[in-house]
Amino acid sequence: MHKRTFLKFSALAAATVLSMPLMAHAEDATLKIGFVGVTSGPAAAWGISNQRSMETRAAWLNELGGVKIGDKTYNIQIVPFDDQKDPKRAIAGMEKMAQDGVHYVVGPNVDDGAAAVRPVAEQNGIMYFPYAFPKELFTAPASNAILGMVANYQSGPAIYKYLKENKGVKKVAFVAANESDPLSQRESGIAAAQALDLEVVSGNVTYQVDTTDFTPVLLPVIQASPDLLVLSGVSPANAPQLIRSARELGYTGFISTETGQDATVLQEGAGELAEGFISVGGASTPELASDTMKEFVERYTKMFGEYNDESNTKVYALEYIIETLKANPAAIDNVEEYKKTIDTFEAANPFMKGDAKLKYVGMTSFGQKRQVSVPLVVNEYKGGKFETLFVGQVD
Amino acid sequence: MEQIIANGLYLGAQYALIALGLTLIFSLMNVLNFAHGQMYVFGGFVTYTVVVQLGLPFVVGLFASALVLAIMGAAIEKFLFAPVIRRSKRDESTMLLAAGIAFFLDAVILLAFGEKQRGVPKIVNGVFNWDMRIIMPYDRILIGVLAILLIVVFIGFMNYSRTGRAMRALAQDKMAAQLMGVNVARYSMIGFALGAMLAGLVGGLLVTITGVNLGMGGPTSVKAFLMIMIGGAGVISGAIAGGFILGMMESVGLTVLSAYGDITYLVIFATLMVFLAVRPQGLMGKPWG
Repeated sequence: MHKRTFLKFSALAAATVLSMPLMAHAEDATLKIGFVGVTSGPAAAWGISNQRSMETRAAWLNELGGVKIGDKTYNIQIVPFDDQKDPKRAIAGMEKMAQDGVHYVVGPNVDDGAAAVRPVAEQNGIMYFPYAFPKELFTAPASNAILGMVANYQSGPAIYKYLKENKGVKKVAFVAANESDPLSQRESGIAAAQALDLEVVSGNVTYQVDTTDFTPVLLPVIQASPDLLVLSGVSPANAPQLIRSARELGYTGFISTETGQDATVLQEGAGELAEGFISVGGASTPELASDTMKEFVERYTKMFGEYNDESNTKVYALEYIIETLKANPAAIDNVEEYKKTIDTFEAANPFMKGDAKLKYVGMTSFGQKRQVSVPLVVNEYKGGKFETLFVGQVD
Repeated sequence: MEQIIANGLYLGAQYALIALGLTLIFSLMNVLNFAHGQMYVFGGFVTYTVVVQLGLPFVVGLFASALVLAIMGAAIEKFLFAPVIRRSKRDESTMLLAAGIAFFLDAVILLAFGEKQRGVPKIVNGVFNWDMRIIMPYDRILIGVLAILLIVVFIGFMNYSRTGRAMRALAQDKMAAQLMGVNVARYSMIGFALGAMLAGLVGGLLVTITGVNLGMGGPTSVKAFLMIMIGGAGVISGAIAGGFILGMMESVGLTVLSAYGDITYLVIFATLMVFLAVRPQGLMGKPWG
């Protein structure tokens, strides 16, 4: 009797133990979303804000029980890869994603990295969301890349037009780091300024990203007496020093950039000299932010100690991926299905007040919908924080 | 022209101070410290933490940077470089170790201080303007003067203190210094600590002007190597000369060559290649090492 009870108990225990992995597997289906971008070096802030936004949102969704796509509920797992802003590393990162069976990747953060990963993404059925602007990535025949933010050739003209019409700006100077992204942004900036009949008084001064003293760099630019100084593609690390040097050289005109910046970094690096600095902000303002957005900021700050304004934009890519997969569950491992959904996709935007929608745009710039729709927020730095100058929309 | 010279002198003073620590370590231990730039960055972040996060005066921040980096340098020498030098006769062993320390410090900086650019608010406001011929903010003038003062103090220390003389003896002839009773292990550690302290100090000084971020370490090391190659590796006066020469070349290049695009460093590197082909030991170095 005792022996029989013991055998029954043992059999039951063995069955329970053996079935546990299957139960766990059934309960914990995982959806891997990749990130390939720069999380080290001078531009680390760009990629880290991406990665942390994804990790914050993923942890939040997992805490709520996961994401239901079709009949299955998935936990979101973020698979990060630091490409060190090196195109070769970006390719290696995208290959790693392919080996790990990842079909949706956020990044890379810069032009050459985004261009380099294109063949790997297309050959391995990966949709990727670069924060880089080369048009050929988003125009046909390319179809796997979706721009994750507003491009400089979309925000630049809006800023110059605003300053021309409202502040009487007539003469513009451009200064850029000697790297592919800032240089290409400078070229498109010059073209946009000329299209608006603005006089470009200086457009060929460049600097090394590791410059420690910008006074000699800016001296010839300031001598050209521009009304507006555009810091093309400037990184958050260089912006405060450039602003400071320009003001210390006696420049009193406007300074702007089309890249995202951080108010605390400006405050620490340039102080009151940064007053009036105009930049493209994260896609949220106090007037636009929903309760979900506010909670995201709180959770991010709790997880990582300090929030990054750029995450107002970078929170979106993961949301677009998940919501599009919800709209078409067949796309979970088939990006062709994802592409079919893009044109008609529409879902509620949880990060904005009112009835704002998540939808793909880009018809005007790329001839196909290969851009996430986020508000174009242009900020002015005032008293240690950003104030919204105007909000636009890209179609 | 006056502005170009003023910019060159300011850049030269800060460069020379960066190069001093590197050349000191090289002269004492024959170690190319690839982590020198990371030590500079670490020093900047320590000053930032003390001044901005803790709200203490800038001088306290500078002192903290010097102390933290001196301790770090001493520990790195005692527990990492000294054992490797003792066990391996191959120069590349210390090079690999130095490169490893650089990567390690990068990771530590990211974890401890984050990825963002950091800066200390200006310590002096206002701009010196001499009839638009020389425009120089007062804080740059102050930092430039402080850098020159530190260089003078360092030279005085090396020439007139017992420790400085022992380190110079060690740098000139290790065997002879040892035979005269100089404790090689002790002075190597002090020398490395002093070199790291200089890196920390200059990081602390410049965080008020240039700010500091995670990615500055590597490029700073490259520039420091450039300076000691110009002046002569392991020669104190050579590092100072190299720093001022590089500062002046950069200032002149950025002004005169700006119309042709960003070719200043291209010209500097090309000039350095030709110079080293003619004089591989640098301006003040000896061909035999």
